[in-house]
Amino acid sequence: MSENKQARTVLREIVDSVYRRAWEAKERGEPVGWSSSKFPAEIAETLGLAVCYPENQAAAIAAKHGGQRMCEYAESMGFSNDICAYARISLAYADGAPCEEKPVPQPDFLLCCNNICNCMTKWYENIARMRGIPLIMVDIPFNNTVDVPDERVAYVRAQFEAAITKLETISGKKWDNKRFDEVCANANRSAAAWLKACAYCAVKPSPLSGFDLFNHMANIVTARCKPETAAAFEQLAAEYEQSVKSGESTWHYDENYRIMFEGIPCWPVLGSLFKPLKDSGANTTAVVYAPAFGFVYNGIDEMARAYCKAPNSVCIEAGVAWREDLCRENGVDGILVHYNRSCKPWSGYMFEMERRWRERLGVPVVGFDGDQADPRNFSEAQYQTRVEGLVELMAAANAANSAQ
Amino acid sequence: MFVLGTDIGSTTSKCVIIDETGEIKGKGLAPGGAGSDGPYKALDMALAEARIAQKSLSRTISTGYGRNLVDKKDGTLSELVCHALGAHALFPDTRTVIDIGGQDAKILRVGEKGRLESFVMNDKCAAGTGRFLENISRALNVRIEDMTAFAELAENKIDISSTCAVFAESEIVSQLAHGANKNDVFSAVFRSVASRAASLANRIGVMRDTVMTGGVAKNEGVRKALEEELNVRIYVSPLAQYAGALGAAVYALEPLTNDRGKIQ
Repeated sequence: MSENKQARTVLREIVDSVYRRAWEAKERGEPVGWSSSKFPAEIAETLGLAVCYPENQAAAIAAKHGGQRMCEYAESMGFSNDICAYARISLAYADGAPCEEKPVPQPDFLLCCNNICNCMTKWYENIARMRGIPLIMVDIPFNNTVDVPDERVAYVRAQFEAAITKLETISGKKWDNKRFDEVCANANRSAAAWLKACAYCAVKPSPLSGFDLFNHMANIVTARCKPETAAAFEQLAAEYEQSVKSGESTWHYDENYRIMFEGIPCWPVLGSLFKPLKDSGANTTAVVYAPAFGFVYNGIDEMARAYCKAPNSVCIEAGVAWREDLCRENGVDGILVHYNRSCKPWSGYMFEMERRWRERLGVPVVGFDGDQADPRNFSEAQYQTRVEGLVELMAAANAANSAQ
Repeated sequence: MFVLGTDIGSTTSKCVIIDETGEIKGKGLAPGGAGSDGPYKALDMALAEARIAQKSLSRTISTGYGRNLVDKKDGTLSELVCHALGAHALFPDTRTVIDIGGQDAKILRVGEKGRLESFVMNDKCAAGTGRFLENISRALNVRIEDMTAFAELAENKIDISSTCAVFAESEIVSQLAHGANKNDVFSAVFRSVASRAASLANRIGVMRDTVMTGGVAKNEGVRKALEEELNVRIYVSPLAQYAGALGAAVYALEPLTNDRGKIQ
């Protein structure tokens, strides 16, 4: 644990070091990879390969207001504005679009796992073709049942083994089972600490805002196999524990209401997203996106099973259950759903999820249109009206409960 | 005692003044929303009709997209709660409100005393809103209020398949170019708007009495098409367009009387 720096500073420095190491590897002439966020990071880490994460890079570019410029560049390349804005930003970057917001080294190989979404497959195939580099694909079929059947685990595990062989060829490095065990132990330790930190949202009042978790996600995505990440998450959880004891919170406003924020934030307009929530004292105390990246496993079969489950790769029953449990445990008064123009698989089943939440949780649910990285798909005035409506519904429900 | 409700929308501004019994004493509606002189014109009209000076107003509540851009006076409230209160004031048995305005369509589930229970709104697209009707009106050079008369003469059922307001407009022009009858086209336009609103309404369920508010409520063709889509009778007040402002006024009155009163 770092004694002098706050966990959020340590976490930011760890992410910076991931990208710094990638640049250093590039300078040494070593191959650098680009990886989807939920590709088994344990594989590249075991082989000691430097890897960058285009989703994380795209979110950073969008948050620094470069999203629209990069999206328009990709559209001028011929990509439709209907596809994911992360994909458009990444494709533009891979094509050499000027980008000072978050430069990363260009890739020498690609690691793609479609548990995140199927747009990812075409996105990475295009980059592989554009740059003439190898693509290692791990295919995770959509889980139309709550449990992952054994034959699917075997299918995924076999792909892990194929990926290892291909990466050995690309990098010239040899696989080491002992090192793999160490890396998995680190990943598990990071995940356990991350889940523990996320769980502090359940405390009333919460020592944090769910938006903090969105910011710390960069670590669970890019550096979950590193011992320093595990230590920093443990420090973060300890800080939250201390905040609970001292009655402090990173949410510096009233906590009149507790909400679940469903979906990926609109990175280009975080201020606009946050303002009506802080004005009304609506703290985000549940987010499904953050804990979805925390999973603990024992052995490679369990690891394969864990990677089968991501927000867009599970059936609606599992998706609803995740969120309902979270809402109950974290005591939310209402749900704000981001209908994300970039993420159609995620947004598509929200209509039915909304219906089930209203029925089973009995809390108001309100949706708004937006985008994770393309600011053209967000209207601040429309968002504000919808949040105010949600707050008015929560206020009325609380008043009715108090009167009983 | 008089209170004022203002509804600064995307295309028009509305003001309603009520007295302590909830009776409407003055109202005003002017084209132009936030950023125009519409709000001031609407206020002048309402004050003139009520025959009072602005200083006689005990409380003012603002709603609508421009609510934060005008003098907020005693507070602001989203148009969701205001339309629920306004519809309840006009029709006390209201349970579902369909409000189609200039750029928003919303379906409100309303409880007793006009309490908002739940709502759904259109997405960012303006298809199925007043803006769509305005575009068609401009493209075909027919006033919105005259569209219904044309639609009632429709003989053939044609469909507008596009869900985009801009593409629907081109589709209509194309249909006319291919010989479609103007009356049939207007009928299809109304069904298109109604179909979008009905899809929204079905997401939270439609309960009786069902009331329509907002500028598009004035359009008899859309109302009839919606009744057919939803298979319910839809009530429309001559004051439908004032429902948001009226609700804001009712809300303004609440702390002063602790009684919403009945609007005459």
